[in-house]
Amino acid sequence: MTYETVAAFAQTWGLLYAAVLFGGVLAYALWPRNQAKFDRAASMPLDEEIDQ
Amino acid sequence: MTAAVKTPRTGFDALSVGVVLAAVGAYALVAAARTHEAMFQIHMYVLLAAMALGVVGVIVSGAKPKSAAQSTYNDEIVKAGVIAAMFFGVVGMLVGVVIALQLAFPSQFYFPELGFLNFGRLRPLHTSAVIFAFGGNVLIATSFYVVQRTTKARLAGGVWAWFVFWGYQLFLALAASGYLMGITEGKEYAEPEWYADLWLTIVWVAYLGVFLGTIWKRKEPHIYVANWFYLAFIVTIAMLHIVNNLALPVDAFAGTSVSLMAGVQSALTQWWYGHNAVGFFLTAGFLAIMYYFIPKQANRPVYSYRLSIVHFWALIFIYIWAGPHHLHYTALPQWAQTLGMTFSVMLWMPSWGGMVNGLMTLSGAWDKLRTDPVLRMLVVSVAFYGMSTFEGPVMSIRAVNALSHYTDWTIGHVHSGALGWVGFVSFGALYALTPWLWKRERLYSLRLVDLHFWIATVGILLYIAAMWVAGIMQGLMWRAYNDLGFLQYSFVETVQAMHPYYIIRALGGVLYLIGALVMAYNLWRTARGDVAIQERTPASAPAAVPAE
Repeated sequence: MTYETVAAFAQTWGLLYAAVLFGGVLAYALWPRNQAKFDRAASMPLDEEIDQ
Repeated sequence: MTAAVKTPRTGFDALSVGVVLAAVGAYALVAAARTHEAMFQIHMYVLLAAMALGVVGVIVSGAKPKSAAQSTYNDEIVKAGVIAAMFFGVVGMLVGVVIALQLAFPSQFYFPELGFLNFGRLRPLHTSAVIFAFGGNVLIATSFYVVQRTTKARLAGGVWAWFVFWGYQLFLALAASGYLMGITEGKEYAEPEWYADLWLTIVWVAYLGVFLGTIWKRKEPHIYVANWFYLAFIVTIAMLHIVNNLALPVDAFAGTSVSLMAGVQSALTQWWYGHNAVGFFLTAGFLAIMYYFIPKQANRPVYSYRLSIVHFWALIFIYIWAGPHHLHYTALPQWAQTLGMTFSVMLWMPSWGGMVNGLMTLSGAWDKLRTDPVLRMLVVSVAFYGMSTFEGPVMSIRAVNALSHYTDWTIGHVHSGALGWVGFVSFGALYALTPWLWKRERLYSLRLVDLHFWIATVGILLYIAAMWVAGIMQGLMWRAYNDLGFLQYSFVETVQAMHPYYIIRALGGVLYLIGALVMAYNLWRTARGDVAIQERTPASAPAAVPAE
């Protein structure tokens, strides 16, 4: 295994992997159906402690 | 009392903790008897005593009648963490002041007859005390608080949670006493020897288990973003710690070991560890604090929860590659250096995304900055986070690094992150937690918080400004050539030139330490339930009186 093989792998599959991963994260974060869930989650620290 | 499923205590947690303690204690006993190394023997006796105390603790806690508190959250362990964090914070900052004075006034603060007070021994004591003892206790305490509140579940694992707390303090005791005795692996931020490393591994796996177990039995379907950051911190630190400390003890009963890696591989592993200690211990963990305590203190929801998700995944996937920027112009291949540099520059995006998210959470509550010094501390910490995560990528660029590396600019950069970001966000969290945990209406004195804020801020500014000037000057003097191609300055001339800045730095550190002492006093009075005389209101109502 030479530097060239590693670099070629990183520059193709590595790039693809990172791009797909980032796309997935963006899609999850921006998916319209998730909005209600995230809006609720945004105020989770403010929920009064029910059992104290 | 609505709290959930009361799982009957099986006693399995106490039994399993007891077995671990007994096994480690048995090894310590044999090792103490068999070893030929005096310092290792001392540590084995410490370990043995700690294990015996632990067994007694487990038995005593098991014999206590179960109180009603059993059904709600485990806040006692968070209280213990707040106390430990405050104690180690003061100690660590004090040691920092001592070594700053040693650099500024070497003839007054150098003690030839007390070798253990040498700069070389005290410096790792300072870094470990502030990062791992202060920061670590803040992270463990806040993570246990936040995960219970955001999952609506009591901490999992029973006695194991206490094993994590006391086991971590034992690791700190072994590390700190080892540094003073001269026990070291010589790896920056990873100095403790193999047996202390192994003990920390056990403790850390237990920490992961307790944290994951709590998430597992959560009553909130969604896992709040702060828990993701805590989880990334715990998992990654486990990975970094184990890989960087792969070593072979020279004997089963010896305190010294040989690293499995050598040369440039060792250097790369060390800085993969070192930089991700910054990325996951000092960043991801404290971002979790930001995502819980700023919304809570400002009483506003997170500005953009979507941004927080992108922030999290982008940050953890990029940070892990940034380490090689510590090895510019070394035997590390150029392409690996460039890779580290590129990923460091890419970190600007998630870092500033997170900063914007933290700051904008104050939308509609900016007025609170004037009235709530605790919130002000938290917000200024985020500003320092933004500043040092801007400076870091700049310094990782090879051309800039050529000037900055090995100079005090690095020290200035580290402290703008450590004092400004990690310190202030921790102070804010501790100020917020103390009245909540001890069930007090308010802090003892908000004016003291205000005083702390300003003393510490001035201290930081003195510190980092002095180190910027000293560092850049140092770098420029090192690279100055005369007409004949010789170096313009001898090394000692550069040291002399930095003397005034070292004094200013020490002064900044003294101010920061005084601030921490004021805080310790304030928290102590708060826990006792006192309220400062000048700040008492007739009905002891929260002082929300509109101006004029």
